[in-house]
Amino acid sequence: MTKKDYDDIPGTFVFDADRSRQGYHLNMFCSSLRLAKNREAMQADPEGYMAGFPMTAAQIEAVRERDWNGMLALGGNIYYTSKLAAFDKINFQDLAAMMTGVSRDEYRDMMLNGGRSIEGNRYTSEWEDK
Amino acid sequence: MAKVTAGVGVSHVPAIGVAMDTGLTEQPYWQPVFEGFKFSRTWMKESKPDVIVLVYNDHCTAFSAECIPTFALGCAAEFAPADEGWGPRPVPVLKGHQELASHIAQSVILDEFDLTIMNAMEVDHGATVPLSVMFGDMEEGDEWPCLVIPLCVNVVQYPPPTGNRCYNLGKAIRRAVDSYPEDLQVMVFGTGGMSHQLQAERAGLINPEWDKRFLDLLTEDPVAGSQIPHVEYMREAGSEGIEMVMWHVMRGALDDEVTEVHRHYHIPASNTAVGHIILENKS
Repeated sequence: MTKKDYDDIPGTFVFDADRSRQGYHLNMFCSSLRLAKNREAMQADPEGYMAGFPMTAAQIEAVRERDWNGMLALGGNIYYTSKLAAFDKINFQDLAAMMTGVSRDEYRDMMLNGGRSIEGNRYTSEWEDK
Repeated sequence: MAKVTAGVGVSHVPAIGVAMDTGLTEQPYWQPVFEGFKFSRTWMKESKPDVIVLVYNDHCTAFSAECIPTFALGCAAEFAPADEGWGPRPVPVLKGHQELASHIAQSVILDEFDLTIMNAMEVDHGATVPLSVMFGDMEEGDEWPCLVIPLCVNVVQYPPPTGNRCYNLGKAIRRAVDSYPEDLQVMVFGTGGMSHQLQAERAGLINPEWDKRFLDLLTEDPVAGSQIPHVEYMREAGSEGIEMVMWHVMRGALDDEVTEVHRHYHIPASNTAVGHIILENKS
């Protein structure tokens, strides 16, 4: 793949055409959960419901494990995966806490204190020592 | 003739809608968010727009991964609030102005902006939250005080349209409104932002200095603002901060020189810095 000018942003998956292609069926699965009848079908038989979408084995495993960053790494997009989170009754803020590996309260406190600073978070090179 | 009177920039954080829908607005967490819209609600009542052209983005609600239009103009008679996974928001259905919408579509397409025309579309929090914060709580049976023409912009799959393209689309919309024969007061809303990142390990990123500069440029030097490259939004304002390109559509529809009558900025609402600005045309 050609070098992209956004490849060096740390902790970020830019949902471009390459990721969209990779994550298409995963994202279609997630967005289907927007509708109540599909949520009911997923509730009743998760494996059977997932089988209706030709996802890769790795994508299915990431969904099973609710590996939220893993889904993004496999082409998922946050606006789609948030529909799966909504299915689990997880809101955007708690989902963000999970993806950043801190507790719900720690994340909420970070936001109340002004959020994650831009300093030290612009370039992947700044994260190399972490 | 129809006339563009003012522009509004406003975040559309879904949690703000939830706070209003569940009566949390007086809680200490939310009170400062809503305090900044008190002026705006009075101003809306006094300004009495007939139509709002509401620039927003869909969050994989009306559009799935199957179809991703860069610009989609709502030309339907009405737009129902969608179920985004939590059930539809309890707010009124948006009523469109079909003739003006069709006129805008025809005018800007002949102006070489190749819009997608939506004759049926549900709208998500991207469209309903800005109306809620600007008009206040709605009771069952209420209608929104004015008609709304939603203009949906892709900011989900990279790349969204450039800031420059958005700014120039705003100018084309202005020409369309200016040539519409009915006497109408038209406002343009640009929504989304401000700095925020919802995804992965950098989630929670907020950059108030950058946001302030963006708002300053929007008022004083919109052409410079429209030239901000995509990578700068994503790096400096978070991957979802790129929604701010939509504010340039609003700014493009206004006069080159405007009066900033109100600004509000607060951290946080959920994962996001809330930004809000009201710009009036001087003419």
